[in-house]
Amino acid sequence: MSHYTRTQSQQHPTQRQFNPYTENGGTILAIAGADFSVIAGDTRQSEGYSIQTRYAPKVFKLTDKAVLAVNGFAADGNMFVKKVKQRLEWYRHAHSKDMPLRSIARLIQTMLYAQRFFPYYVYNILGGIEEDGTGAVYSFDPVGSYEREACRAAGSAQSLVQPFLDNQIYFKNQTPVLGTSHPTHLPLRHVVQLVIDSFTSATERHIEVGDGVELYIILARGRGTQGLDSFKDVQELTPHAEGERLFVLRRELKKD
Amino acid sequence: MTSIGTGYDLSASTYSPDGRIFQVEYAGKAVENSGTVIGLRVKDGIVLAVEKLVHSKLLVPEANKRIQSIDRHIGMATAGLLADGRHLASRARDEAQNLRDRFKEPPTLKAITDRLSLYVQAYTLYSSVRPFGISSILGTVDKTGPVLYVVEPSGIFYGYHGAAIGKGRQIAKTELEKLKLADLTTREAVIEAARMYGVRSHISRLKFLLLTRIYLVHEDVKDKEFELEMSWIGPETQGRHLSVPKELKDEAEKKARESVEQFDD
Amino acid sequence: MDHFPTNWGKPRDEAVDVYSTYPLHSRPRNQVDTFAEGVQHTQQPIVTGTSVLAIKYKDGVMMAADTLASYGSLARFKDISRLHPVGDYTVIGAGGDMSDFQHIQGILDDLIVEEFNEADGNALGPSEIFEVMSQVMYARRSKFNPLWNSLLIGGFKDGKSFLAYVDLLGTTYQSPSIATGYGAYIAIPLLRKVVDGREKDVTEEQARHILEECMKVLYYRDARSLNKYQIAKITKDGIEITDGLSSKTEWAFAESIRGYGAQNQ
Repeated sequence: MSHYTRTQSQQHPTQRQFNPYTENGGTILAIAGADFSVIAGDTRQSEGYSIQTRYAPKVFKLTDKAVLAVNGFAADGNMFVKKVKQRLEWYRHAHSKDMPLRSIARLIQTMLYAQRFFPYYVYNILGGIEEDGTGAVYSFDPVGSYEREACRAAGSAQSLVQPFLDNQIYFKNQTPVLGTSHPTHLPLRHVVQLVIDSFTSATERHIEVGDGVELYIILARGRGTQGLDSFKDVQELTPHAEGERLFVLRRELKKD
Repeated sequence: MTSIGTGYDLSASTYSPDGRIFQVEYAGKAVENSGTVIGLRVKDGIVLAVEKLVHSKLLVPEANKRIQSIDRHIGMATAGLLADGRHLASRARDEAQNLRDRFKEPPTLKAITDRLSLYVQAYTLYSSVRPFGISSILGTVDKTGPVLYVVEPSGIFYGYHGAAIGKGRQIAKTELEKLKLADLTTREAVIEAARMYGVRSHISRLKFLLLTRIYLVHEDVKDKEFELEMSWIGPETQGRHLSVPKELKDEAEKKARESVEQFDD
Repeated sequence: MDHFPTNWGKPRDEAVDVYSTYPLHSRPRNQVDTFAEGVQHTQQPIVTGTSVLAIKYKDGVMMAADTLASYGSLARFKDISRLHPVGDYTVIGAGGDMSDFQHIQGILDDLIVEEFNEADGNALGPSEIFEVMSQVMYARRSKFNPLWNSLLIGGFKDGKSFLAYVDLLGTTYQSPSIATGYGAYIAIPLLRKVVDGREKDVTEEQARHILEECMKVLYYRDARSLNKYQIAKITKDGIEITDGLSSKTEWAFAESIRGYGAQNQ
């Protein structure tokens, strides 16, 4: 056995590096219907085992027909939303109209990829109404890869919620009754109920999810409010019924 | 003017044969045509006042201030080109902030005026720039007590007990000399003011005097409309440079007008 | 702005040169820092403060922090104020590196003076101070050169209470009761029980009592704490920050703890 032991100074130099990221928990979720879109997120913000606040919004209105949910590192998320909103304002000043949804999606990918080597540690889900009047959901990874989908969950309870959605929206592992087929789009009332159920369930099984949930519901131009009327305390954010209509629905979740 | 046409007055970087820099002297003319500005340094405070000539009835009252704050405790009033005054104030603020950052305490006016005068002087050296068309009265109550300086277009500056610049400066100076400025304390002035004019605050007594002067001085140009702008630094403002409260100003202004009418009799 | 005339360049046509600026040279600008690669950034805090606690209550916001600045496990400075007033409506409390905090105080004091100089009748409230601080903290973390602090920003303006958190990563949030450092684990459960959902009902006495209780518990449990603390109160009447307070503590029980008192078990 060697008597030689390395002293502190003989060891390889180590660099302790400041870690510019943290993870603030929570979950977001969006589902597209034929002529509506629902985007939701819980309102808890945490770090480690500490609940920092019971109300920190993760879902933001961008325009009358676009809503963005951000999840991951909250500081990056808030900064990213701020910068997206600024770009949309500049677009409005230049073109006298709101940016179309698919363009916002592409803008977000460009902005995320611009930070490819110091990424925004954020998962984005964009929901809204396309120019053709269809409900749409776009989901992104932190460096800008994106696709249009019918539904997407992200965040700490993604692994709990997404399989549930796959089963309930895409009817995965379900066989239709002989001679019938699964619907391609679900009705609004059904979707809203699925979203609320997703969050109450995630709250039960994930410590970082809870406190409250905010649902943003966007209806295509000319679509009535059918499917929304059965829910209490739905607040409209758009000033008039022409054009797309935006609603918000808030529900308490368990706080333990 | 004998100098005109000789060619020696075209550039600040050229002396005349008898050793003058005409551009600097012309800058002084810009100051002389301006409304009168006065500053008083008394035992525990400073008062600045500007006779702001209102050249149009369309101007918003109280707008286009000629008295500016340089730091919490420093005021600056300018006579001459308003825009030059704005620029110099911005420079003075930079200097004040620099000194504040460096020494972590409210800067003295001496230190700021020192640097500001160097800056003003630099504009008398080059043919590519024009000297400042302003004189500035700077006032403060800093750790050395009440201080009052005047910076001229040449870059020279002096400390004063009472200062007057602009159109009516001569009469104003004569009036200021009649006051025992250094002896005026809060207490004495309060008593004096209360006894003489039934005015409560000591600074209002000061302001009364000041107004009297300004109004007297203003006789020269009474055909023109003017607005009175006043600020003060003293115990009543907790050492901060603030504009004089409206009630006090109205009261003082009223008394001043009455006293001018007495002079007229 | 660059105030130095020779840096403003000269007319493009050197052959004409009507301003005869030749042969004045512009000084070189935008110098590159040759040693930029070797510049080190803060990788760890050195002299540190521990928890800060704050709650909303009926009349405004109350904040508490002890006066200790530690150097590792050494109680290095025992009379450092970690609660700092910013303007007339806001108090900022800091845990983490104390030199970074003093740097932040400088930034905010400059900001307040700049706003004062505007003299436009507006003043910065707690929400504006918070917005500035969150952007400063996030910008510094994004340059890999963080200000190593957890900050609480509390205040009261226009009839509204405000309380928010921002840290070295730029993470922010608002809540009726917030605590940094050890306080986030030890004090938050106690504070939430009293405050959350009852912010509009908690009286000044209750607020002060729960903060004092939490400071005592923290002193018992946090090895980097001191039994000397300040409490700041921000209400419609302005800012009030107490001198050093201390809790009554009881240590007799320690004698019966194995490994602490006499070794007789």
